[in-house]
Amino acid sequence: MDGIHDMGGMHGFGPIEREENEPLFHHPWESRVLAISVATPVPIPGGSRNNIENMDPAHYLSSSYYEKWLYSRIKGLIDAGVLTPEEMETRMALFKNNPNAETPVHPAPDAVRAELVRSRPATPPQQKTDIQPQFSNGDRVRSRNIHPEGHTRLPRYVRGKYGTVTNYYGIYNLQDAELPTGCTNRQQPLYAVRFEASELWGSAAETKSAVYLDMWESYLEPV
Amino acid sequence: MNTTAQTDTALRTRALESLLIEKGLITEDIIDEVVEKYEKDVGPLNGARVVARAWTDPDYKRRLLEDGRAAIAELGFDSAHGAKIVVIENTPDVHHLVVCTLCSCYPWSVLGLPPNWYKSYAYRSRAVREPRAVLLEFDLNLPDTVEIRVWDSNSDLRYMVLPERPAGTEDYTEEQLISLVTRDSMIGVAKIESPSK
Repeated sequence: MDGIHDMGGMHGFGPIEREENEPLFHHPWESRVLAISVATPVPIPGGSRNNIENMDPAHYLSSSYYEKWLYSRIKGLIDAGVLTPEEMETRMALFKNNPNAETPVHPAPDAVRAELVRSRPATPPQQKTDIQPQFSNGDRVRSRNIHPEGHTRLPRYVRGKYGTVTNYYGIYNLQDAELPTGCTNRQQPLYAVRFEASELWGSAAETKSAVYLDMWESYLEPV
Repeated sequence: MNTTAQTDTALRTRALESLLIEKGLITEDIIDEVVEKYEKDVGPLNGARVVARAWTDPDYKRRLLEDGRAAIAELGFDSAHGAKIVVIENTPDVHHLVVCTLCSCYPWSVLGLPPNWYKSYAYRSRAVREPRAVLLEFDLNLPDTVEIRVWDSNSDLRYMVLPERPAGTEDYTEEQLISLVTRDSMIGVAKIESPSK
């Protein structure tokens, strides 16, 4: 979707602020959100990134990284039917009124652990198929100018631009919510494509620079 | 974020955690384990070990550039979610820089959790459009003769930069080299200073 998250090339965000001796987490809750997100064995319907990209733009901009994760995780668990908004409200009220309320201890941690292992197999996302890549290194290509409303990994700044294939990575599942027109298979060749800065930014381009972007085959047109 | 919002977020997190524990979907131990893993085991030291090995072992470097994930796994660092890691080598003529404009993808297994600036809207928006200006803010002034390649990690692949080995380290042991390698040099916003300077 052409959302606020698609930030490549935007103006107005100011200088890059760095924090000296930055701690790993700025608040204790951030580490809990990280761990819950990494370890909860419930897939988020539509994907976590999709939830974050669909946040109201003002909410997106004013939320920190882990706040976005928390929002996405809660929405995902509600969408998956695991949680209800009422349960969350009730539990928050309980802790608010009684900060010392005990956190429940689940009686069968081994079962939880087994479920975790079962639901999160460590298989690489790369697929083994007999699909042959249409493009070779050195081929000139043009990025399709598409504007899907759902999740896509094709950033705005590159759409319609010409580039050159530099790497072929293998067959990967396209992560877009919808398959682009004319495309029937999610399993697609994935390439790195080089775009010259001048192609992307015209006269505003800096000297001697280029952007490399991973492109699924359905993002590309032959030139 | 103000204090009230912090309190609310902390409360929301605690409520979520307790409900998930109650529903048998996670345990406090598992949460603690994950947190401890990122606090103690998974950080830029992993990447530094990979870099130092590549500097001292040409065969390893060749394997690393060919198949980053496999070569990193050789040193015992698992690649998060089985992500393929592509290692890109800086040279005197070409400088690489990694960003994720759509979210904040980062090679966790070798660099740990990303710093806030990497996740900032300023870095995400500007790195692809004006990498030289961005690098200047990191006090890295690259001559116009050096080509800059910005890698926008938008798919399931993760990118790590293999920085140049600094001059004056020819006699260094692998352990000494490890201590020179910085996180920022593996993202591509810094070079590694020669220790003699």
